[in-house]
Amino acid sequence: MKQHKTNTELIAKSLKRRHRKQTRLKYYGLFSVLLGISFLLILLGSITLNGYTAFQQTVIKVNVKIDENHIFGDDGKVSQDVMYATNWDGLAKKAFRKVFPEVTDRFQQRKLSDLISANSGYEIQQMMIDDPSLVGKEIEIWVNASDDVDQFIKGRLNVEVPEDQRRINDMQLSWIQTLKEKNIIKKTFNTGFFTSADSREPESSGILGAILGSAMAMVVTMFLALPFAVMAAIYLEYFAKPGKLTDFIEVNINNLAAVPSIVFGLLGLAVFLNFFQLPRSAPLVGGMVLALMTLPTIIIASRAAIRAVPPSIRDAALGLGASKMQAAVDHVLPLASPGILTGTIIGMAQALGETAPLIMIGMVVFLVDIPTGFTDTATALPVQIYIWSDSAERAFYERSSLAIMFLVLFLIGMNLLAVLLRKKFEKKW
Amino acid sequence: MKKIVALLPVIFLSTTFLSTGVFARDQIKVVGSSTVYPFATIVAEKFGKGTKFKTPAIESTGSGGGMKLFCAGVGLQHPDVTNASRRMKAKEFKLCNSNGVTATEFVVGNDGLAFSNNKNARKFEISIMHIAAALAEKLPRGGGLEENWLKTWKDVDAFVAGNATGQPLIGLPNTPIRVLVPPPTSGTRDAMGSLFMKNGHKKLGTYADVGKKGAKKLREDGAAIEVGENDNLIIEKLAADEQLFGVFGYSFFDQNRDKVQASIVDGVALNFENIASYKYPGARPLFTYVKREHLGVVPGIKEFFREFISTKALSMDGYLYPAGLVPLSDADFKTETGKLKDFPAVTIK
Repeated sequence: MKQHKTNTELIAKSLKRRHRKQTRLKYYGLFSVLLGISFLLILLGSITLNGYTAFQQTVIKVNVKIDENHIFGDDGKVSQDVMYATNWDGLAKKAFRKVFPEVTDRFQQRKLSDLISANSGYEIQQMMIDDPSLVGKEIEIWVNASDDVDQFIKGRLNVEVPEDQRRINDMQLSWIQTLKEKNIIKKTFNTGFFTSADSREPESSGILGAILGSAMAMVVTMFLALPFAVMAAIYLEYFAKPGKLTDFIEVNINNLAAVPSIVFGLLGLAVFLNFFQLPRSAPLVGGMVLALMTLPTIIIASRAAIRAVPPSIRDAALGLGASKMQAAVDHVLPLASPGILTGTIIGMAQALGETAPLIMIGMVVFLVDIPTGFTDTATALPVQIYIWSDSAERAFYERSSLAIMFLVLFLIGMNLLAVLLRKKFEKKW
Repeated sequence: MKKIVALLPVIFLSTTFLSTGVFARDQIKVVGSSTVYPFATIVAEKFGKGTKFKTPAIESTGSGGGMKLFCAGVGLQHPDVTNASRRMKAKEFKLCNSNGVTATEFVVGNDGLAFSNNKNARKFEISIMHIAAALAEKLPRGGGLEENWLKTWKDVDAFVAGNATGQPLIGLPNTPIRVLVPPPTSGTRDAMGSLFMKNGHKKLGTYADVGKKGAKKLREDGAAIEVGENDNLIIEKLAADEQLFGVFGYSFFDQNRDKVQASIVDGVALNFENIASYKYPGARPLFTYVKREHLGVVPGIKEFFREFISTKALSMDGYLYPAGLVPLSDADFKTETGKLKDFPAVTIK
């Protein structure tokens, strides 16, 4: 009797301690979660802070007049030869320098011309190609400011250091001040960023080329990885006889899922490029390499999804005389498809963010032309970020941050889609 | 219908593999040095926008990697042009030859190796002897070779003053040696090996001890820190750590003058004039090689080089000057433009 009482007492005594322990555990967990979230927030926050300014681009107003002989050939039509022979660059610079007629020294004129983008001439050229009726008229055009001016206007250039150590000298600063007073310099929405591919001038570079490259590679990955993975999963679940060989295959698939992605790049280089002689830097090959990489992920997800379908459904189909294949394709697969799709999307999201294997097959490439086919030279979104982060010009820094924001957005979108699909189609048994 | 779907990947793969090697290409492909890359890309963009040809696609693979791809063979799956921040090596020339590749060599300009540190740190005035002693894999001591034991710049100062005759102490600080260096595949590393290390050993009188091969070797105890081909990363690291030094090309230094400063080497400051005159000990030429077998096969190669090797691009008034490319002397430039007529094959022994 006495013994029993002490036990209760003991428990009552330890209860407080145990509760404390539990609370501690709870707070440890909460702390870990908060730590994770805060790192994510810091990461996203710093990227956003670095990148949001790239949504805007500084432009400067220039008045140009294009003489007719600048664009028309002898036959009176827009002539490609004349078009290409024209010194558009000089034209743009000369037009811009008219704002400051007092600058006559050659060196100073050069410094003045440096304020507008080195590609301004091509902007005018493109305008003329698009609308030849502009020839002969005096037109107003907002050309991109050079990257240094752009960074200065955005407050990202330190002008406190001595003159010889900065990219903009005092003279140029005073010119920019004049431009501001005359109201012919402003910040606009950076449309070019979404309509062009890479460029050496940060102000005319964009992510469209990289997005298309990524999209094409993803299409190839999807078409290759999904059918192969589903077929492999069905075989392993329904047809493979349990045994050493099946175990061996299973272990290897799990191993493959853990292989570093660069290894798949090396494989692609050796097999697709060197042996099959497929073109270098093509999204076709990129997609194939990424398909190899995502295959194990999708197989594992598909097998899990197929296994989650109750055996009773398959047994019922078989019992009513359906063949093994009919049972698998007509009954099990549709029910397993939400799980398979989820696995696929997550695998694809992984592939979308991958750079390492693409380095090996030459997709880390400077590309101004927007790719149009699967065997064209192309690059990918994460690769574009990598290239920009490696460039000397400071203005690429904000652009790579903005590109990262888009990459993250795509990834979030894909993962969200996976979650939604699962929610919508998931069946509870 | 389902059968067709199941067969899709098979059809896809077989058509892909059956049509191998016959991809026509109207775009010039360029590989090679990351030091020449910023210049080549500018030329490529101007060329693409100003002519009817496509813009050449340029991969930055490092000089060594570029040579390997370039010399792999003739055919559209191989690149047409490779850039190098050092001359083609005899070994690479042999590889090219054995694969039926002949090349025309162009010197596009000059570059100088910057030995830089943080703008706020002390500006170093050193010699290539100090750089060599600080980074050498092995140094002679007591009649034999020993793994480099110098830990601080002060140690280096004492070692150099003790070895080179007539070299006084220059008062280097008592801070640890930590230098970011480019990877072995990079041409900048090759140039560093011969211009700073080999020449430094020679001046220091340790060349005979370390030998021809050992002279270019860098220590591996953490004092020489290898970083990838990402020069921006070096700048970021220098900006964050005042004790660090970094070795990279002139254009990167030029773009980041507000963050880093270049040491004065052998009494010569790193600037345009001193590189052009080769007074600066880290001055070196930059190269580009074109595959002669592809001339006329891939459209626009000759035109591309006429754009590249032109006063418009390469002179003091050229558009590569602001990007940090140091122009060739007039005589050298004339030699290079002379090659544009018939693209002569280069021989390297």
